[in-house]
Amino acid sequence: MSTSISRRSFLMRTGAVGCSLAASPLVTPVSFAAMPGANRLVVIILRGGMDGLDVVQPYGDPVLGQSRPTLKVGPSSGASDLDGYFALHPSFNPLMPLWTAGDLGFVHAVSTPYRDKRSHFDGQDLLEAGTTTLGEGARDGWLNRLLQVYPKFDAHTAFAIGRGDLKLLDGSAPVANWFPQTQLGLSSQAERLLELITESDPEIHAALAEAQGLVEDKDQQSATLQDIRKAAAQQKGGAHISIAEFAAKQLSKQARIAAFSLNGWDTHRGQARELPRALARLSDTILTLKSQTRDSVWQKTTIVALTEFGRTVRENGTTGTDHGTGGLMIMAGGAVRGGRVHGDWPGLAESDLYDGRDLLPTRDIRANLAWLMRGLFGLDQSVLEGTVFPGLEMGRDPGLIL
Amino acid sequence: MSVYHPELAEVRFGYGLSPNIKPPEDATALLAGLQTVDDMAIRFPIEPFDDFRERMVAAQLQNKIRRQNRGTDKAKAARKQRNIVNREARVAAMGWMVQSLMRATHSEHAFRERLCAFWGDHFTARGKRGVIRRATGPYLEEAIRPNLTGRFSDMLLDAVMHPLMIHYLDQERSMGPGSERALKRGKDAGLNENLAREVLELHTLGVNGPYTQDDVRQLAELFTGMTIQVNVGFKFRKDWVEPGPETVLDKSYGPRPGLEPIRAALQDLAAHPATARHVAWKLAVHFVSDDPDNALIDHVANRFIETDGDLMQVYAALLEHPSAWGPELRNAKPPDAFIASSFRALAVHEDLFVDLREQDLRVGLLVPLAMMGQPWQAPTSPAGWDEEDESWLTPQGLAWRVQWSMAVPTRLMKRLPDPRNFVESALGSFATEEVRFAAKSAESRNEAIGLVLMAPAFQRR
Repeated sequence: MSTSISRRSFLMRTGAVGCSLAASPLVTPVSFAAMPGANRLVVIILRGGMDGLDVVQPYGDPVLGQSRPTLKVGPSSGASDLDGYFALHPSFNPLMPLWTAGDLGFVHAVSTPYRDKRSHFDGQDLLEAGTTTLGEGARDGWLNRLLQVYPKFDAHTAFAIGRGDLKLLDGSAPVANWFPQTQLGLSSQAERLLELITESDPEIHAALAEAQGLVEDKDQQSATLQDIRKAAAQQKGGAHISIAEFAAKQLSKQARIAAFSLNGWDTHRGQARELPRALARLSDTILTLKSQTRDSVWQKTTIVALTEFGRTVRENGTTGTDHGTGGLMIMAGGAVRGGRVHGDWPGLAESDLYDGRDLLPTRDIRANLAWLMRGLFGLDQSVLEGTVFPGLEMGRDPGLIL
Repeated sequence: MSVYHPELAEVRFGYGLSPNIKPPEDATALLAGLQTVDDMAIRFPIEPFDDFRERMVAAQLQNKIRRQNRGTDKAKAARKQRNIVNREARVAAMGWMVQSLMRATHSEHAFRERLCAFWGDHFTARGKRGVIRRATGPYLEEAIRPNLTGRFSDMLLDAVMHPLMIHYLDQERSMGPGSERALKRGKDAGLNENLAREVLELHTLGVNGPYTQDDVRQLAELFTGMTIQVNVGFKFRKDWVEPGPETVLDKSYGPRPGLEPIRAALQDLAAHPATARHVAWKLAVHFVSDDPDNALIDHVANRFIETDGDLMQVYAALLEHPSAWGPELRNAKPPDAFIASSFRALAVHEDLFVDLREQDLRVGLLVPLAMMGQPWQAPTSPAGWDEEDESWLTPQGLAWRVQWSMAVPTRLMKRLPDPRNFVESALGSFATEEVRFAAKSAESRNEAIGLVLMAPAFQRR
C-alpha cells in the first residue's frame, strides 16, 4: 500500500468541486448548455420581526411621530428622504448610493397570511414554508420547491449558508450547505491518510473532497477545541461578512440561489439602540455582496430580505415595539426595479390599522416573491400558484424586476 | 448468506462496539435485552415530564407577576426570576443530553437506546417557546421509553395525548367551531388540524395512506377538547369539544364529549394495515438501508398485523429476516449516533463530564452537532430527522465530523487509547488494512483516533 499520493494529486483527482461531482451519486454532471440562466437570487431571512416602519419611515404621516415618542422619525432626525413621504433609517445611509442608482427598493405593508398569534416560531415557519396555513403539513420550504420544479438546477445551484437550519431550503431538491468558518482541521499527513481510508466509500470520499474545495483558509493543523470555539463565536455574531463573501463567490460561479438568515430584529426594548446594529449588519451584508461580485454578476442579482412580521405602530413601555402584522420587504441588486417604495400604502390612521395596532398588510408577501421568481426564472404562473406557493393567487404584477 | 453476527448486531442495532461490553450472542439475546431491568435509566436519570412541569409552573407564575405589575420593580424582579428558571432548565437539559449519550455509551442493551431514539423521532415533539423548549428529554422519558416493548397503540396514545405533543402540534389552540366555548367567544375560536394531520400522515397511516382531507378535518374535530394546563399537564376541556359524532375512515366515533371516542379512533388507526406497513417500512429504512427489501417490509408488516402491533413481535420479525443481516454497512450514522458511538468506542466515563461547564458542553457537543446538521433534539419539522444518507454525508457535515474527531475526544479524555488497539476494538471485524495503516502512521495520537472514527466502517451501520 502506498501513501505517496501527493497532496497535489489528491486535489487534482478529487479536490476541485467540479471533478468530484462525477463521483457523487447525488449529482448528474452538468454541461454548459444545461446551465440555468444568469439570474441570481439571494434570500435573507430576518429573524425576530423587523420593524419596517422604522426602516422605511412613513414620516409624511404625523401619526408615526406621535405614536413613537422616543424613536426618531424622518429627515429631521437624520433619516434620508426617499420620496417626500418615506424616509430611510440613518443606519441605511451607506445604502443610499444604491437607492439613487435604482439598485435598492422596498415593498411596504406586506406579510405572510399569518395572523393574530404573532409567534416568532410559527411566523417564521409560515414564511419559510410558503403555505397559506401551518396546518397544511408542508415539510419543505418554498425555495426548495422552486428548485424541485426548475429542471435546470443541480446540487450546486443553491446554497444554504450557515448552520443549515433554514427551512426555506429544506426539501427533496439537493442543496449545498456550508458554514464559511468550517475547517477540515487536518494536518497534511492526516489529510492523505483520510483520503486513503475513505477511498472505498465514494459518497463519503466525494463529500470530503468537495469540502476540501470549499474550505477557505487551510491552516494544515489538526483541529482543536479553540477552532470550534472560534466558529461558535462567529456563528453568534459577525458571521454576516464572511457569509456574504462566500455567497458572492459562489454566485460568481455556478450557484444561482443563496439563502441565509440574520438575527437580532426582535426590538421589544431599546429599539433606538438595537435596531441600528441589525441594520448595520444587513447593510454590510448587501454592500459586501455588491463589492465581491463583478458588475456583470451584480446586474443579474436580486437580494430580498424577508421577516416573519412587522411590529406595532405604537411604541411600547420599554422604548421598543411589539410583534405586529404588516411588514417590509427589502430588495437590492442590479436586477431589481429600485429607487421606489412599492406596495399599496394603507395609512396609519387608527381605522386603517390591523386590529387597531398594526400596519395593515395590503398584499401577500408571497405574491411579490412569486412575481419576482417569474421574472428571474421564467416559471409559469400555474407552477408558482400550485407548487411553489400552493393556494396563492398572484394577482397583478407589481413590477419588481427590471 | 446473510446471518446474525454479534458485532454486526452491535453496529446495526446498537451504538457500535465498546471495549468493555460483549455483543449479544444471538438474536434471541438481542431481543431479550429489551426486557431486562432498565439499568441505564437508573444509572443516568433524566427528569420525567411530570417533574419538569414544575419548572413550567414556576415560569408561568413569574410571567403572571410580570404582566400584573408592568413597568414596576416587581415586574423586573419577576423577569429575573423567570430567566433563572429558564437558565436552570437549559443547564439541566444539557445534563440530560450527556445522560442520554452515556446511556448509549455504557448500555449492555444498546438496542433499547436505538429504539428510544427511533420512536422519539417517529413521535417528534418539541417545545416552542419559553421553558418548555427544554422538555424533549423528559417527554421521551415519560411517553416513549416505557412503551418500547409494549403495543404500538399504547405508545401512540401516550405520545399523541402527551402535553408536549399537544403543545407542539397546536392542539392546545384547537377549539371546535360549534363548541360551547366558541359560541360564547366568537372571533378567536378555530379548529387547528395540525395534530390530526400529523397523526394520520406521520404517526399512523403514512403520507400515502388511505385518508382524505375530510378524514383530517373530522379527526381534528374529534381531537377538540384535548389541551394542556401547566399545573396539571393534560387537560380535557369539555366546552371546547365540537358537538356530534365524527367519522374517520368511514367509522363513526361518539358520543361526545369524552375521551373514549378519541382513544378508540387512535386504537383503530394503530391497528390499520396501512399503519403496519408504514411502521414496518420505517423500521427497515432506519435499521437496515435507505432502500430496503420489500420482502423484509412485508414480513415485519404482517407480524405487526398478526400480533396487533405487539412491538416485541415486530422487532423479532425484523431481526429474524435475512435481509436485516446483509454484511455491507450501508446506512450513514446521523451526527448524534456518530458522537454516541464514538463515546462508546472510547468507553468515555461519565465522570469526565462532572466538571464541565455549560460553555464546554456547548463547544464540545452542541455546536458540533448543529454544524453536522443535527442540532440536539431540534428537528425543523414534525417528520423528525431525515433517514436518507445524503442528508448526513454532506461536505459541511463531514468536515465537522473530522473537526470533532480530531479536537474533542483528546480534550475530553485524560488519555486516548493506543490507536493500534483502538482500530480493533472500535471496528472489530470491520477493520480494514487501510485503517490499520492510517492508525499507525498518523503523526499524533489524536489524529490517529480521529481517523479511525472517520473510517467509513465507523460512519455507517
